[in-house]
Amino acid sequence: MIRFLIPAFLFLVLTGFLFVGLYKDPSLIPSPLIGKPIPSFATSTLRDPNKVITDRDIQGDYALINVWATWCAACKQEHAALVYLSEKLQVPIYGLNYKDDRASAINWLQQYGDPYVVNIFDENGRIGIDFGVYGAPETFLVDSDGIIHHKLVGVMTPDIWEKQFVPKIQQITSVAAK
Amino acid sequence: MNKALIFIFMLFLSLLSVSNAQIISVSPEYQERYDHLLHELRCLVCQNQTVAESPADLSNDLRVEVKEMLERGATDQEILDFMSDRYGDFVLYNPPVKPRTYLLWIGPFLLLIGGVIFALMLVKRRSNNVVDNELNENEKRRLKGLLDEDDKEK
Repeated sequence: MIRFLIPAFLFLVLTGFLFVGLYKDPSLIPSPLIGKPIPSFATSTLRDPNKVITDRDIQGDYALINVWATWCAACKQEHAALVYLSEKLQVPIYGLNYKDDRASAINWLQQYGDPYVVNIFDENGRIGIDFGVYGAPETFLVDSDGIIHHKLVGVMTPDIWEKQFVPKIQQITSVAAK
Repeated sequence: MNKALIFIFMLFLSLLSVSNAQIISVSPEYQERYDHLLHELRCLVCQNQTVAESPADLSNDLRVEVKEMLERGATDQEILDFMSDRYGDFVLYNPPVKPRTYLLWIGPFLLLIGGVIFALMLVKRRSNNVVDNELNENEKRRLKGLLDEDDKEK
């Protein structure tokens, strides 16, 4: 009897692993930056090449840092959701304009609405590398000390906002209140 | 002759598979380390390609980063740490040994040991099952009788 049970058991274990694997997205890479402060940077803002912005300018009880670019199709997809978060829910969103062209980016914001408090202009993608960016859009959740609590790779939707961000923000703000 | 021609045309086909990664010139003094490091790094937006082979934009940026770190005098380890601090162990083709990767490193050896034990068990069971082939006295006599009968018939 055991002769048949052992292979059957091994088969089930293997099937289990493969089955779980079916539902995993191999393009998602866990970020080692969760729990760590955002990388320091100093660059110009998108709208004003003469105005300097650094990591210390990201303030608030919590904030989102959204990596986007005009060449990124999925960024256009999530843009309405960002505008909704910013206008209806007063979510502070900082933009990281990643490897983009300044004029087209400004133009885009005029055309589709500007959900950003301010935009960090990362022309050559150096700041993106420090943030571990590998595919726009990406959205980071940081607390008042600039610690990264969550990272979303892919399109932001109201549903993802509710499920992934709201609980974490409640955690952050309740800790901050104590 | 024909075979030679076909072979030559096949060679041309294989050229197509050569990567179209953008080439960044590095000073010869760093070339060897540069090539080695790029083969240690995984392209983040492709499925299973090294940064050295990948034509992706991000890989290109990482190549530039590696080149500039080399020029600033960073050690190989510093460069690999720089990458894994930002992109996680995923970016390393040679993952470090730590609790999360124990199974990855030890798994194949466990499978090997399991296989050896299984094989030994099989061999042992077979050798127990071997039937005694020797004939006993009675059988020998009978065999001899049969053979003799056979001879007489000829």
